[in-house]
Amino acid sequence: MTAVIDEARPQRVSLFNDPKVRSLAAQIIFALLVIWLGYEIYHNTSANLAKLNKSVSFGFLWTTAGFDIIQRPIEYTRDSTYFRAILVGFLNTLIVAGVGIFLATIIGFIIGIMRLSSNWVIAKIATGYVELIRNIPLLLQIFFWYAAVLKPLPGPKESVNFFDLAFLSNRGLVTLKFIWGEGSGYIGIAFIVGVVGAFVVGHWAKRRQELTGEQFHSFWAGLGLIIGLPLLTFLMLGGPVTFEYPVFKGFNFVGGFTILPELIALVLALSIYTASFIAEIVRAGIMAVSHGQTEAAHSLGLRSQPTLRLVVIPQALRVIIPPLTSQYLNLTKNSSLAVAIAYPDLVAMGGVVNNQSGRAVEVVLIWMFIYLSLSLVTSAFMNWYNARVRLVER
Amino acid sequence: MTDVPSPQGWVRTEDAPRLPAPPNTTGPVGWMLTNLFSSPMNSVLTILGASFVIWIAWGVIDWALIRGVFTGEDREACVAVPDSGACWPYVWAKFHQFVYGFYPFDQRWRVNICFIVGAVALATMAMPSLPYKKWNALFLLVVYPLMTFVLLTGGNLNLSSSTIYFVTGVLLFSSLVVPLAAFGIEDGIRRNKPALVLAGIAVAIWLVSIFVSMPEIAAFGGYISIATLASLVLLTAAAFFSIGHRASTRDIAARSALLGWVGAVSAIIAVLVLVTADFGLVQVETQQWGGLLVTLVVAVTGIVAALPLGILLALGRRSKMVVVRLFSIVFIEVWRGVPLITVLFMASIMLPLFMPEGVNFDKLLRALVGTALFSAAYMAETVRGGLQAIPRGQYEAAQALGLSYWRMMNLIVLPQALKIVIPGIVNAFISLFKDTTLVLIIGLFDLLGIINASFSDPKWVSPQTGTTGYFVAALMFWVFCFAMSRYSLFMERRLATGHKRRGI
Repeated sequence: MTAVIDEARPQRVSLFNDPKVRSLAAQIIFALLVIWLGYEIYHNTSANLAKLNKSVSFGFLWTTAGFDIIQRPIEYTRDSTYFRAILVGFLNTLIVAGVGIFLATIIGFIIGIMRLSSNWVIAKIATGYVELIRNIPLLLQIFFWYAAVLKPLPGPKESVNFFDLAFLSNRGLVTLKFIWGEGSGYIGIAFIVGVVGAFVVGHWAKRRQELTGEQFHSFWAGLGLIIGLPLLTFLMLGGPVTFEYPVFKGFNFVGGFTILPELIALVLALSIYTASFIAEIVRAGIMAVSHGQTEAAHSLGLRSQPTLRLVVIPQALRVIIPPLTSQYLNLTKNSSLAVAIAYPDLVAMGGVVNNQSGRAVEVVLIWMFIYLSLSLVTSAFMNWYNARVRLVER
Repeated sequence: MTDVPSPQGWVRTEDAPRLPAPPNTTGPVGWMLTNLFSSPMNSVLTILGASFVIWIAWGVIDWALIRGVFTGEDREACVAVPDSGACWPYVWAKFHQFVYGFYPFDQRWRVNICFIVGAVALATMAMPSLPYKKWNALFLLVVYPLMTFVLLTGGNLNLSSSTIYFVTGVLLFSSLVVPLAAFGIEDGIRRNKPALVLAGIAVAIWLVSIFVSMPEIAAFGGYISIATLASLVLLTAAAFFSIGHRASTRDIAARSALLGWVGAVSAIIAVLVLVTADFGLVQVETQQWGGLLVTLVVAVTGIVAALPLGILLALGRRSKMVVVRLFSIVFIEVWRGVPLITVLFMASIMLPLFMPEGVNFDKLLRALVGTALFSAAYMAETVRGGLQAIPRGQYEAAQALGLSYWRMMNLIVLPQALKIVIPGIVNAFISLFKDTTLVLIIGLFDLLGIINASFSDPKWVSPQTGTTGYFVAALMFWVFCFAMSRYSLFMERRLATGHKRRGI
């Protein structure tokens, strides 16, 4: 008996063959290597910077920039600081990304559903779109829209007129400008109240249906709240919003709201390019819901519209949303190509700031910090969403 | 009794005649009725869609062929015709530039050789039915890059003598690994004590020489410090001991380890000899490279460098060692979180700052480092997908056989995982290929960059030059990317060898 126990007892292994010791040693060596590499980079960089009489500090952000920016969502003049210039660039990035994501989602969903159409022509058009667009570099598409489509447009004098409301020329799209009069802040408040109200109503309707089985048209009620409340406020205040019409004077338009051709080209290229990827995601998502789900819903007595809304789409979204978010992130990152056509986004502004101040290291750090935070926020959202919609299995 | 037919009943004794299917359900008409005109709404959509396609196709044909200008010497030909379409003479005149950039005219055969050899090797590699995949891969990943490097730049590198001493030292030192690999660590140390002691002294001398400056003497056509010389001599002696010991045993493992070591060392020496040898080729600076050449160099180098790096990162990310895993995660997420353009800016602005004084990179090399690191992060995620798809049983079986970590990965896991991710690797290559256009922003002339630059040539300025140039660029990129994406689809279908469930 004792002999068997002795055999079963593990023999003393030498330190060399002890997996724990080996793994610890490997990790220590690896960590030392990484630290050495980091130190070497730090040391070389500071030595090289010292030779150029430079040091890394962010104090320069509060000195006067001294250059103009062609698109300023917030107040910015030549005398503003570098910090404000970079902030303008960041806001411009957000504008491109926001509009681009909105358009890309719409185009992408339309194309993706078209690919699944039973109509042969429609399905082939969508396939052709996807295969054509996603195999051409984005930068080339941006150049195409900017240099081959928008720049050869006629000048402001012969601009394309859309019912006197908007004018498209090689200087961009000039359109109406909203002038918010006194009390228009209340409209914004009414809008927010409407959105919150719609959420509350939706929640209440869902609970009531779960408890009593009675249905309530929460969609229409919510829509009414979101649109109706601001409209009501607008009418009650006596219409405080006026429009400023663009007028052609001398060589260019005066007044109105100008959308730069750079912005148009960028948004078009980004949304068309990203839409081709979104279309594939949407198609895959819908195909991933097995037909048995639809049949089961029909056999429960659901008609085709509720089947789509309650059975197919929620399951397809579970597949669609994660890659969709990463496409949104890609679009945001790709908006940095703006620098190629001199649209003042974050990267372009950073480039100008670097040229003016020679602060390369700081500028690169700012870029990386902002883009990394954007992607971390996105992936945090993705993890939250995945955890929320995960199938709860027994 | 009931199943006996009554005498009055009638029983069919031959098959009923086969009737043709209803005319509306078969043939072209039937196909059109089900796929194009199944409902009024569908009919409207079909007509609208078809007219849209015809409109677009006609627009392109009209612009490119009917109104296009095909002959001419300079811009006059394209400007003279009112309302003209594509300006093709511009493309004929500039096409060589689109492919070679400003590569010297009489040296372009070197580029052509690289293109042809690369295309042949890649084609044979891509066809699954052809044999010798291992050798082909070795050629593509090791020999071909070296060959292109020597051919395109002209080779004849000047390595500093200290670099050569350093490499020699490392190679000699590596001979100590042979016994360890052959006999295991404990046994290896026991058998190889003299060599290890010698090597230890050599390393100690080398370490001391970092802090204590020693006199230099002339040797081997350069100046070398006494410490370096002493450690080199000691290392050589150590190498002799350990190799000699191994060669004299009859142990098969020791023999094969020795052979592997000799192979690796001779390969590294061959590489050094190759890049430093003078083949009589004219040096071509990378500033003269351009066009498709630069696009392919950046994309291929990016992917060849990214593959091993990406595999290591993917393994690191799945490792049980906390430090390694953390490093891999941070590395991958940082590179994936920032746009390529900032990576390229960083490579072109900050890489020179990271280097010790006197080390200087040319612009193309900086872009290559940037793209390689960037695509390594994406490659790591692709490979990780493949690693995750390998069933746990494969790992456990490998461990049950007593394989070490690296043997398990090399022999069992990676061959299966990499096979699964071939389509993913091709897709990564496609997106890298498209992304190479970004190097024009840091001032390199890739295919798009050189086409963009050619618009400012006063000889060819015309209203249609830009559109024609972009059309050609789009066509070239599209052909490459579309072919690759078809190949990736083909491999995906081929590799789905019954592991996946089809249907219910």
